[in-house]
Amino acid sequence: MNPSMPLVPERASSFAGEVDALFFFIVAVTVFFTVAVSIAAVYFAVKYRRRSDADRPAEIHGSLLLELTWTLIPLGIVVVMFVWGAKVFFHMNRPPDDAMTVSVVGKRWMWKLQHPTGQREINELHVPLGRAVKLVITSEDTIHSFFVPAFRIKKDAVPGRYNVAWFRATKTGTFHLFCAEYCGTEHSKMIGRVVVLEPEAYQTWLAGGPPPESPVVAGEKLFTELNCVTCHRPDSAGRGPLLEGIFGRPVKLASGDTVVADEAYVRESIVNPAARVVAGYQPVMPTYLGQVSEEQLISLVAYIQSLQVPTEATR
Amino acid sequence: MSAEATYPKDHFLSGGWDLKSWLLTKDHKRIGILYLLSISAMFVLGGLYAGLIRWNLLVPDGTHMSADTYNKTFTAHGVIMVFFFLIPSIPAVLGNFLIPLMIGAKDLAFPKLNLLSWYLYMLGGGITLYALLVGGLETGWTFYTPYSTVFAQSNVEIAAVGIFVAGFSSILTGLNFIVTIHKMRAPGMTWFRMPLFVWAHYATAIIQVLGTPVIAITILLVALERIFHFGFFDPARGGDPILFQHLFWFYSHPAVYIMILPSMGVISELITCFSRKRVFGYSFIAMSSLAIAAIGFLVWAHHMFVSGMAVYSAMVFSALTYLVAIPSAIKTFNWVATLYKGSISWDTPMIYVFCFLGLFLIGGLTGLFLGNLGTDVHLTDTYFVVAHFHYIMVGGAIMGYLGAIHFWWPKITGRKYSEAWGRLSAVLIFVGFNLTFFPQFVLGYLGMPRRYHVYPDEFQVLNVLSTAGATVLGFGYLFPSFYLVYSLFRGEPAGANPWGAKGLEWTTTSPPPTENFHEVPVVTEEPYDYARAPKEAAVV
Amino acid sequence: MSETTTAHHPALQHQFTDLRQQKEAVTLGMWVFIAQEVLFFGGLFAAYAVYRSMYPAAFSAGSHHLSWKIGFANTLVLIGSSLTMAMAVHFAAIGMKRRVVGFLLATVLLGSVFLGVKYFEYGDKIRPCLGDGPYTGCLVPGERFDAAALHLEGAEGGHAQIYFSLYFGMTGLHALHMIIGIPIILGIAFLAGRGAYSPEYHSPVELVGLYWHFVDIIWIFLFPLLYLIGAH
Repeated sequence: MNPSMPLVPERASSFAGEVDALFFFIVAVTVFFTVAVSIAAVYFAVKYRRRSDADRPAEIHGSLLLELTWTLIPLGIVVVMFVWGAKVFFHMNRPPDDAMTVSVVGKRWMWKLQHPTGQREINELHVPLGRAVKLVITSEDTIHSFFVPAFRIKKDAVPGRYNVAWFRATKTGTFHLFCAEYCGTEHSKMIGRVVVLEPEAYQTWLAGGPPPESPVVAGEKLFTELNCVTCHRPDSAGRGPLLEGIFGRPVKLASGDTVVADEAYVRESIVNPAARVVAGYQPVMPTYLGQVSEEQLISLVAYIQSLQVPTEATR
Repeated sequence: MSAEATYPKDHFLSGGWDLKSWLLTKDHKRIGILYLLSISAMFVLGGLYAGLIRWNLLVPDGTHMSADTYNKTFTAHGVIMVFFFLIPSIPAVLGNFLIPLMIGAKDLAFPKLNLLSWYLYMLGGGITLYALLVGGLETGWTFYTPYSTVFAQSNVEIAAVGIFVAGFSSILTGLNFIVTIHKMRAPGMTWFRMPLFVWAHYATAIIQVLGTPVIAITILLVALERIFHFGFFDPARGGDPILFQHLFWFYSHPAVYIMILPSMGVISELITCFSRKRVFGYSFIAMSSLAIAAIGFLVWAHHMFVSGMAVYSAMVFSALTYLVAIPSAIKTFNWVATLYKGSISWDTPMIYVFCFLGLFLIGGLTGLFLGNLGTDVHLTDTYFVVAHFHYIMVGGAIMGYLGAIHFWWPKITGRKYSEAWGRLSAVLIFVGFNLTFFPQFVLGYLGMPRRYHVYPDEFQVLNVLSTAGATVLGFGYLFPSFYLVYSLFRGEPAGANPWGAKGLEWTTTSPPPTENFHEVPVVTEEPYDYARAPKEAAVV
Repeated sequence: MSETTTAHHPALQHQFTDLRQQKEAVTLGMWVFIAQEVLFFGGLFAAYAVYRSMYPAAFSAGSHHLSWKIGFANTLVLIGSSLTMAMAVHFAAIGMKRRVVGFLLATVLLGSVFLGVKYFEYGDKIRPCLGDGPYTGCLVPGERFDAAALHLEGAEGGHAQIYFSLYFGMTGLHALHMIIGIPIILGIAFLAGRGAYSPEYHSPVELVGLYWHFVDIIWIFLFPLLYLIGAH
């Protein structure tokens, strides 16, 4: 952390520079107008100060030209701001395909994170430098918000849904992690650290500690325990769609729409299967709402994500 | 202005001071004063809570009070200031007192409804204060679900009922203003001869009538959810917490325009009087008020950019948010242009005008950061937002309110106050305000989140600065209560028009007679026609 | 001063210059009030739209469970009450006092029939929830809600609870508006009987008529949205 009096936090992600540049552009516009208008106001107030009670000032109604000028120029400036901001926002909301996925579950009052290999952390996130990290965020109770100022990212953790954020760390070090949505008594203690390590150091860190259960393995166990395989099977008794290779691909729905089978769709299909049924199938899947925890859902999603299309089977 | 003003023998307060004449009054002027007293009490209470917040934030480790107490403190501060101070403030006190006078009417369209509005405010205030003081409320003034419906261990349902009742006070005031402005204008007072103060209240009234019912039903749903456990916003039963946010902000964003538009109306009145010049771009300012009211209903989801909404939806709301900034900019430029070739005098109300201009400028411009999708992700839910809205609501709305009180005090009470104390307090407030809230912009960008009881050590210096500023600000706010009350007993009589201002309210006595005008005025002048000398009052 | 005979009418309030201004003001006031009411119900309609698009099956099941015949009959009763109200206003405008009172009372009667039917509809859903278990057929959202009565289970049960929250919330709010309106109509009928209204001055009858028609229109939206979803 910068020990002297900083005005901006450290820049530790690929976004930070973009966001700061945009920020300083808006600062420049703000300062310009503040100074210009203030100087004009004070200048007029001094130059045209009342000299006698008999003063009868000019009869000026207005000026259409001035009105148009000071409407259209600010309009032009805000259009530039809007477009620039939208571009940055798009960038923040489109994680790259090669991102490693870390699941984040907010709970009063801690952050529970899990790496793709299964390591779990509480209130800390170790990540490798330079690698895109996609965060799939949810909450077990109230709304929280996952905020890392040094990365300039923030996303709400909303119970009942997945929100996605991503970043690519560009600096090693330790950075603040805050909860940014009021969630009760210990809201301000729901903080932690993001630790960015060199890639080899990250591998070392992963290897340390007891071997974790990979979420894919945990998910496969659950898939059997919960009898998912009863319907999601390739033979004629299968009443549910085959799940091999489905993750990340477009799926045609009974309603006629198409949806991409991402984490959110898979999770929804488990807790609210009637919502978006695949075309050609009946809405007979029972719901598992209340029977699986958020972390079990994460394992199931990881398992389904891992299923490859079998070489000889047909869809 | 008359050389020596006298206090009128016959005015709206000379008829009686007993309890019945106040509690059963139908006179808009007395009702305005009733509101002045209740709102001032609420402001003091909300201010005390603010002092507690700043005191807690002097140290990073939260040792001055427990986390629960702190959470109840910032919730109480927000609920009181938003619902019981800012929303009513100018409309209930000055709108009530002045609108009939400004348009040449005897009273509002529905005097009994006006009194009912005050009683609803008192009832809602009483219920809410009970909730805040006996047991407390710790949801934040925004009541986000499922925290408020499932997890909060406090008086949520009681506070919800209190706010619901107070909401109807606001709705009825808005209804009264709309009908009054449409139907009760004096002969010759066409729409484009109305003072801009009236236009501002018309736009505000539209928001009050169309927006408040949505928060009413939303807060009612929260109360029902807590009492009957319907599961409406509970994700475990399929409820959608984000739906609550949409419903909540659909009112609460336009609500901020309820808070600022009347203040802008005040500025138009004050800046013309103390430049002794007609306003520049009258119809542009009038139409901008309506534009702000209309577009203001379309931007609510800019409070929700990180909630997980679709990128394209977020883009629409960001674009509209930028659009709503434009009419405010137009007004600001028109006000400054009004100063050009005017005859500027630095009486206390004019000092408040300049405070408003500077602070509203900063507050409004910082909205550009928050409406921007790229920067809002970093800035939302941090102290940057806290600084932004305080610049507008305190730096903007409250400066306008104080300027208005100081401008129309002679009209309402018939007395002048000490100019020296008035100017000193205004400057103190300006300095204290900036010291309190400017450091919070920096804190926000550095990443300090809102509603934090404890915070990392590196944020302490800026927090201490902010608390120091709050102390100065507190003194600044304290002084007017002393010198204004003092003026009631020792102030010199003001006379009908101590400022030499244009406007129908200045053509009648100070204080005005009960029926406002001894003869129904007939309007032939354009508004702010300062080229002509002000008319003398019919009776001085 | 302004106009002639109406300038000193006993019903003229002091803040108005004449009856015409007063009538225009109160009429505008009632329309503004109705606009506010539209937004008030609007929040619930918005929530309905959102949840129905999320949970079509549960909404269908819930709606199927309601008796559309009773709902339709009640709709006719309410439309009838709007007809009697319109007649009351008509006769007030031409000064036929007894018919005004008669039609206002008929409106109250029909409105009361509507509320009575609602009482029984609610009762069927609420009674099973009272006392000790087993709460079969309980349709009040909450712990005792019997999703099996709708042939639903698991998450769908939760969604059906949301449907019934909206059912009780929207029809309950509507019924509340009628419960408030009926005594007001009775009061105006009483005044009408005392000869308070005339062709020059009968705004209260018109205004309560506006209010009542508004309450009717809300129901005309509620009925199909709540009772007629899904296959029957």
